Amino acid sequence: MLPFSGLFFFYILFIFFIGAIILGILGKPLKWYGFFVNLFMLWLIFGNSKKNIIILLMFLTGELALVEIYIHIRKHFNNRWILWIMILFSILPLILTKWGEQLIHRHVALLGISYLTFKVVQVLIETYDGLIDKMNPLSFTYFLLFFPTISSGPIDRSRRFLEDISHVMKKEEYIENLRRGIYKLGKGAFFKFFLGAIVSNYWMAKIPTDRNFINILNYMYAYSFYLYFDFAGYSFMAVGTSYIFGIKTPDNFNIPYLSHDIKEFWNRWHMSLSFWFRDFIYTRIVMSFIKNKVFKNKYTASYIGFIITMFTMGAWHGTQRHYLVYGLYHGILICFTDYFERKSKWYKSVKNNEKWDTVFTFVTFNLVCFGFLIFSGKLFI
Amino acid sequence: MEEKVLSILEDICGTDEIKNDMDIDLFENGLLDSLGVIELIVDIEDNFNIKLEPTEVKREDISTPRKVIEYLSKRT
Repeated sequence: MLPFSGLFFFYILFIFFIGAIILGILGKPLKWYGFFVNLFMLWLIFGNSKKNIIILLMFLTGELALVEIYIHIRKHFNNRWILWIMILFSILPLILTKWGEQLIHRHVALLGISYLTFKVVQVLIETYDGLIDKMNPLSFTYFLLFFPTISSGPIDRSRRFLEDISHVMKKEEYIENLRRGIYKLGKGAFFKFFLGAIVSNYWMAKIPTDRNFINILNYMYAYSFYLYFDFAGYSFMAVGTSYIFGIKTPDNFNIPYLSHDIKEFWNRWHMSLSFWFRDFIYTRIVMSFIKNKVFKNKYTASYIGFIITMFTMGAWHGTQRHYLVYGLYHGILICFTDYFERKSKWYKSVKNNEKWDTVFTFVTFNLVCFGFLIFSGKLFI
Repeated sequence: MEEKVLSILEDICGTDEIKNDMDIDLFENGLLDSLGVIELIVDIEDNFNIKLEPTEVKREDISTPRKVIEYLSKRT
């Protein structure tokens, strides 16, 4: 069963909410109840086939062992190449789900694996950085396989998550948390099941299939709105559910279509993913360029960082041509935007002007929608 | 240290607004972006010998000049 789809899932979820809410209002810890609910929900999500359970257990055991071993190794050695080997091992399951048939002649699949892999890599990198020096296996399992976010994020960070599970909220704090959780859950359901469904059934599905400019343009806008309501809706539900279980999973969307430029868009769209890429790819690449004085101009370093980061982001969605082009498109757009905003005197003179602000927002929205048209694969049929 | 931090921030942000307003939000006002944060971390390491890891510093810890100074004085 997929999380947040079907009435049965919500039925079970609401029953489990009761226990969390009672414990929360009494000011009791939610940790052990959360562990138990999570286990049950995992069984519900993965339990429909033996193969799924075995793959999930193998994945968990492997990643957990890797993290514990690396934490141990890191206490004695801080060579960077050891980190690289560990990261390679940690993404091996992801590689097998993408190219399993070519590599081991087997089809391997695990729900949410690309999201789970991000969490493991974060733990490994922060262990190298010296920010993590121990990991409780049970807490790690709860973090990695936290059911509200298991299928498609948001991608939480381990130190933040572990702080939440060890923090016992007072009654007032929990009630405020609960209020926010219910609001987000409701908003998410409204986005996904109402707005998303309307766009999908009454707009996207009604577009004629013959390929002409008008139809493609119409599809571009319909798909962009559908993608937003569907994904932001799912994300809000996942975040809201987390809150009710006492975990403040980070938000994933913050009215992205009202961004003034592409850089702002990426601070508002699928934020947990773009911040992950910012923190663990862009920042690392550019910092090493700057420290080693690889380029005379720091902006060159930054632009190369943007292109590599966004290309990786595209490739992470899949290795099909349209995903790679999508990544490059955004990489180039970010560089161009940054250059333009730094160099253009005209831009500097009008950027605080309200009318021009509306124009920039409109242009950004259209550039983003065109990006989603690439992403949809429609242009490459 | 305060003087030095402010002059580092001025260099990175390319403006002298910083000395006039210690509580200006560096991110909201577009003075500090992802590249700026990296430069700040590198400059702090070079000048004060404080090694900060990229995900160790939260953006809310360094969102104004005053906060940057407070954060660093806690670290020394």
